[in-house]
Amino acid sequence: MSIRFKHLATGLAAIAALSMVSVAASAHRAWLLPSATTVSGTDMWVSVDAAISNNLFNADHFPMQLGGIQVTAPDGAAVQPQNGSTGRYRSVFDVKLDQTGTYKIANAGHSVMASYQQNGERKRLRGPVERLKDLPQDATDVKVSEIISRNETFVTNGNLTTTVFKLTGKGLELEPVTHPNDLVEGEPATFRFLLDGKPAANLKVTAVPGGTRYRNQPVEITATTNANGEVALTFPQPGMYWLDAEVADDKASVPQASRRVARYNMTVEVMPM
Amino acid sequence: MQSPKPLWLSGPLVLVGMSAATTAQAAGISVKVEIPRLTVSEYHRPYVAMWIEGANLAKPVDLAVWYDVKMKDNGGAKWLSDMRLWWRKSGRNLQMPVDGVSGATRAPGTHEVRFTEGSAPLTKLPAGKYEFVIEATRELGGREYLRIPFQWPPQGQQPQPAKGASELGAVSLTLKK
Repeated sequence: MSIRFKHLATGLAAIAALSMVSVAASAHRAWLLPSATTVSGTDMWVSVDAAISNNLFNADHFPMQLGGIQVTAPDGAAVQPQNGSTGRYRSVFDVKLDQTGTYKIANAGHSVMASYQQNGERKRLRGPVERLKDLPQDATDVKVSEIISRNETFVTNGNLTTTVFKLTGKGLELEPVTHPNDLVEGEPATFRFLLDGKPAANLKVTAVPGGTRYRNQPVEITATTNANGEVALTFPQPGMYWLDAEVADDKASVPQASRRVARYNMTVEVMPM
Repeated sequence: MQSPKPLWLSGPLVLVGMSAATTAQAAGISVKVEIPRLTVSEYHRPYVAMWIEGANLAKPVDLAVWYDVKMKDNGGAKWLSDMRLWWRKSGRNLQMPVDGVSGATRAPGTHEVRFTEGSAPLTKLPAGKYEFVIEATRELGGREYLRIPFQWPPQGQQPQPAKGASELGAVSLTLKK
């Protein structure tokens, strides 16, 4: 293989890897769907569906694994999800809302995706960062992408609070300007996105209304963040929406990775007025 | 709440109404609300919230919230957030029940409730433009809200009455200087 050809092959592999990520991104959506996002009263619970599917919000592909679910109470304490169950297409769990204020229900992941050449074949490996040790000794032309993903939804019992929006400074994160549990049809909502704790400028944010199965044409609301990382979205109809934002750069923290993908997803409920 | 009084005589709202009646000269607002009689297979009385909002108010003035106050452990509070407009404007900031505001749900028919200015729950209103808002939501039913703009202190004509199409009937305000 000439030097030139090798470069070309590497380039093509990189493109292939890139398009795989974007194909995966557009076809399979990971979501958390709470039974309610605004509740009143005492002894309140929400039930949450968690799945990875094509249609929103129909579980039709793969369940989200319960091990990664983290629930944070308004006072910052970790809450144990209850009655967890994983079926063929979705997982389900309950959250008991003992406190008043806003709860965060999240699944944050740190994973890798590797593509490599072995015995003349292009192969892929994906999973937690530790899986890189499973790369075969004879793998060549190894391309590793690091993926930091964050999938969240918020539920408020009584008054809105913002303590659960504490930033970690890693990957893509959301800071409410408009509280995600204060969304009304037709009213612009502003969210601020941060990448590694700094404003994520020029980030494309997409909101997809649930009920995709009942539409002949896909409906998406898109907007791009300003220099301050802020984006304004107006939800035309009440309902559950799935938000998606993704950025790819070369700021990988895993030594073998040449590329880093940071992803943020959020399910929000928009109320009629 | 345990006494066998008729419903319209129970609860703190009527006490306010009675004190308004004894001090006939006091400034205040009288509200007439019609809860429509509906022929549905399973009828539940609506939850109703009424409040005043206006530019001069730091927060809305809650006048009445009719909900299932008799359920064990305040269980009826579970559906308060279904009065979404009220919940967003005020309800979520409150710890229900609120004395002088919370009351039992009302049967279909016309109900009159009177509020005296300066006497809870109707605080002194600075002069200005306001809106009286009433919102009703019903289990297995719908949700509706109406707004009646008014000027305070009242001048000339009484505010225009409003009429709901589903969960509320005729609603009118009578203002007294």
